[in-house]
Amino acid sequence: MAEVSIRKVEKAYETYKAVHGIDLEIADKEFVVLVGPSGCGKSTTLRMVAGLEEITGGEIWIGGDLVNDVPPRDRDIAMVFQNYALYPHMTVFDNMAFGLKLRKFPREEIKKRVDDAARILDLTTLLDRRPKALSGGQRQRVAMGRAIVRNPRVFLFDEPLSNLDAKLRVQMRTEIKKVHQTIPTTTVYVTHDQIEAMTLADRVVVMNFGRIEQVGPPQELYHNPATRFVAGFIGSPAMNFFPVKVTNEGGLYVQWPGGVKLAVPPQRANRYAPYAGKEMTLGLRPEHLTETHDIEKPGVVRIEVPVDVVEPMGMETMVHFLVNGEEMTARVDPATHAAPGEMLPLAADMNNMHLIDNESNKVV
Amino acid sequence: MSGRVEGSMAGGGSAVSRVVIYGLLLVFAAIFLTPLFVMLITSLKSLDEIRDGNMLSLPQSPTIAPWLSAWGTACIGLTCNGIKGYFGNSIMMVVPAVAISTILGSLNGFVLTKFRFPGHKLIFALMLFACFIPFQAVLIPVARVLGMVGLGNSIGGLILVHVVYGLGFTTLFFRNYYEAFPTELIRAAMIDGAGFFQIFRRILLPASGPIIIVTVIFQFTNIWNDFLFGSSFASGDGVPMTVALNNLVNTSTGVKEYNVDMAAAMIAALPTLLVYVVAGRYFVRGLMAGAVKG
Repeated sequence: MAEVSIRKVEKAYETYKAVHGIDLEIADKEFVVLVGPSGCGKSTTLRMVAGLEEITGGEIWIGGDLVNDVPPRDRDIAMVFQNYALYPHMTVFDNMAFGLKLRKFPREEIKKRVDDAARILDLTTLLDRRPKALSGGQRQRVAMGRAIVRNPRVFLFDEPLSNLDAKLRVQMRTEIKKVHQTIPTTTVYVTHDQIEAMTLADRVVVMNFGRIEQVGPPQELYHNPATRFVAGFIGSPAMNFFPVKVTNEGGLYVQWPGGVKLAVPPQRANRYAPYAGKEMTLGLRPEHLTETHDIEKPGVVRIEVPVDVVEPMGMETMVHFLVNGEEMTARVDPATHAAPGEMLPLAADMNNMHLIDNESNKVV
Repeated sequence: MSGRVEGSMAGGGSAVSRVVIYGLLLVFAAIFLTPLFVMLITSLKSLDEIRDGNMLSLPQSPTIAPWLSAWGTACIGLTCNGIKGYFGNSIMMVVPAVAISTILGSLNGFVLTKFRFPGHKLIFALMLFACFIPFQAVLIPVARVLGMVGLGNSIGGLILVHVVYGLGFTTLFFRNYYEAFPTELIRAAMIDGAGFFQIFRRILLPASGPIIIVTVIFQFTNIWNDFLFGSSFASGDGVPMTVALNNLVNTSTGVKEYNVDMAAAMIAALPTLLVYVVAGRYFVRGLMAGAVKG
């Protein structure tokens, strides 16, 4: 059993605070991804779990042991680094065996474990090579192999894919997920890429400015973001934010600065009624601003927007338009005719709207 | 065809400048090498031939007798056993002093870059400062300290002085080199279970080849060639090669044996020459690596 428990953990440097007392419970065998923009404290948090960074407040427990003052080598963890951190003067075999040799494992056991890991990661033919003679993806796999052979209580990944090119990144992402399915081990994974977070995680932890914004399964974060930050960070292209005024005129409406009024669907009316008369922010994902085929559905409102830029992506087309000087994005069928400068009718699916309080930045 | 013509024209232009460049290089090389040449041929001449006065002429009847004399029978002060004993003194001083100062320097560099502690910058600045203290300024305090710890007038004392004095330089070399060493490798080794010395020996040292060569050459040359400390903190049979050479030349037994003096000087210079010939190209390479990345 290796649950990880982070309790009120803080990291303060001389001049500023990187992590502001965060709480996080990670279950045994769970795959948790810490995601956020650079400087949000996610890597610092991971390094504190690893023991590479001292904790200035709070407690970290691994598998029921308080590890605040336990050095990294005694925490029974393995870590995969962004730059792979393979030992350049050792062969692939020796790289993977190093940790076991230091722990005085018998020779046959080391060989067996390395061979097993090499088979899982498709490295069997490369065991005699030096890291220099490997491609980026192969190096990444060796770094994972080095973690796997140890059979540790916790895997830690620090942006392991950000040095790979786009195609390889997608491939390795799948590979990491496969490895976790084959050898279920508690995993903490840090990335700034929200797609990586969404695809890999059992639960995603969104961090910003050294605080946790929201914790939840990927779908939950996507559909029910708790704050404006999460709403904007998760999802690509990002959610559109429209400055609106909530009005109550025999029914609840949100009104754009230009005067366009969008009816709030009845099932949301009660939730939003207290905000009538206030300036709020309307959040609507690009996929909920589509061509006008299903205009008949309840809760879908027709609007017309001036097209600014059209980006055909093949299976879909992104249409950018300006509202009040701000760029907004709609995701339409490639068959839809849209040309820059023309007015394009769009269907706004208000069933998926989010309303954000401008003062607290919370989604209401 | 036209390309060929242009090529040969360009070649002609560069040929002229090449002649100039190589000509100049040859002239300067000759200027620098002449003393060595004179030393070498003089050491192979008999005294009679030297007295004829043709300094640059090749030996008529080459002899290695001066070399044998310098090594084994020449008189230094009152003893006439040549310089072999002093050569041994220098070896016994240089080898441990170079080894210890290099090892300590690399450990210092490791700590100052990868195991930082509060005040590491100050410590490093102070160590750098040590590089700029002139030898002469510390002679008397060092003599006092050596006397107090019972190492006065001994090879051990010279080793200590050279280690302490060399530490500033060796630390600087290694610190700058390790500054560019990826910290993630150290972290990976920590997580793999390696302790301080295991990381040092199994991760850092295998990557330190070039800078070790630079440091060893630098320290070897400096310590081998040192005269001031050798003449201040050792005496009699305990002095290093450089001091013995001076004594040999200044010992008068009636006749000035230039050929023996030259042979002794050549013997004294051989180890450093050898080190440069064997490892010189790594020296430049390592210096560049340290300079660019540091």
